[in-house]
Amino acid sequence: MAFIEIEHLEKTYTSKSGDTEALKDVNFTIEKGEIFGVIGLSGAGKSTLVRCVNLLEKPSAGRVVIDGEDMLSLSERELRLKRRDIGMIFQHFNLLMQRTVLDNVCFPMEIAGMKKKEARVKALEYLEQVELADKAKAYPAQLSGGQKQRVAIARVLASRPRVLLCDEATSALDPQTTQSILQLLKHINEKYQITMIVITHEMRVVQQICDHVAVLEYGRIVESGRTKEVFDDPKTEAAKRLIYTHEYTELESEGSGI
Amino acid sequence: MQALGLEVLFKGKNLVRLLGGLGVALKISLISVLISISLGILLGLLMTRRNALIRLVLRVYLEIMRIMPQMVLLFLVFFGTTRALGWDLDGETSSVIVFSLWGTAEMSDLVRGAIISIPKHQYESAEALGLSRSQMYFYIILPQAVRRLIPLSINLITRMIKTTSLVLMIGVVEVIKVAQQIIEANRMASPNAAFGMYLTVFLLYFIACFPISVLARGLEKRWQ
Repeated sequence: MAFIEIEHLEKTYTSKSGDTEALKDVNFTIEKGEIFGVIGLSGAGKSTLVRCVNLLEKPSAGRVVIDGEDMLSLSERELRLKRRDIGMIFQHFNLLMQRTVLDNVCFPMEIAGMKKKEARVKALEYLEQVELADKAKAYPAQLSGGQKQRVAIARVLASRPRVLLCDEATSALDPQTTQSILQLLKHINEKYQITMIVITHEMRVVQQICDHVAVLEYGRIVESGRTKEVFDDPKTEAAKRLIYTHEYTELESEGSGI
Repeated sequence: MQALGLEVLFKGKNLVRLLGGLGVALKISLISVLISISLGILLGLLMTRRNALIRLVLRVYLEIMRIMPQMVLLFLVFFGTTRALGWDLDGETSSVIVFSLWGTAEMSDLVRGAIISIPKHQYESAEALGLSRSQMYFYIILPQAVRRLIPLSINLITRMIKTTSLVLMIGVVEVIKVAQQIIEANRMASPNAAFGMYLTVFLLYFIACFPISVLARGLEKRWQ
């Protein structure tokens, strides 16, 4: 049995102006330790999809099963505990601005009831993992975007998650910083055997770290498979458009010497 | 001194009486402000709930408090309740009730505004970290909301202090009433006393409100 199973997932937003179907019959499975990419243009439903995995959004229908546990059957309290097992990082980092880097990493451990001293020791270890131990005393406002995302990653590691959801985690970063964050994600994926779902609109992100990829268009998965296979031989229009536009811009930027 | 009418200030216990009047004004404001802030935060949080009935009730309360002149409220509570309900409220108690009712309404709207201005990803991030609802508000939402609230609530507090000048209408002897009494008592000896006394009242209000502004600015700077 796969580690993460998404079955017939549907999400419909109801409003006065009518219903919007954000996700339509989405199915996929992810093996343990795998990095799974979901790619699509903005508005395709990527963010909704990843939020349905840790139930920040409640699916309208379907099943979300993680490690044999049906997420929708959990009580409020069980879900809260389970969420510590499913880390999430965002485009906007979402650090606590009035706390130091170290205290930010300590925060989830303290919430979970760990002693302050113990939490600090652990937090420093995780900061070392993301190569920011020297910034422990700094405040988020003093850091660059890439450093902030590293702090967010250290904070998420502190909950010792088995799953990590990355929602456009590199979209606010420049190409070089994106590279280093991707390497870091790959590193923690291997070191801690964390299963990852990576949501992005950037082809290179998928190309670099994802084992499998699903192409999402108008709330449906139109194509999925091993990253290399999808990239070498895209079958659907949507995938071709994403991949060829990417290659075109890639060539262009190489040509202009950027 | 003669032309400004300031000499009456130093006659007898006039200065002490004025300060006493200011004390009454500040006491009423301080109690009302404390009540308004705590209840205002509570109601403000309730106003962000999805429950339509709660929102409607609070909305109506807010609009009534906004539209009704504070003086009418004072009369309503001080005179109205005596006739209608047989309550014998003294002037100061009535004032505290009115200013708390008004302040709570205004404060709740400020709190509501500050809370809904917090971006959605802050809530999502808190939830994703496994925080409970109360932990989310306590650690994530309220600290950020408070920061946005400081300048707005300072404005409200100084407005409340200034508006306490109305309580003389229900017989509370606060700083303006004392000034009037002093002016009346010295009408013959110092005909210019009105200018000097009201100037003094202005300065007293300034001394009371200015430190609050300074404190607010300091807090804003420190939290940036």
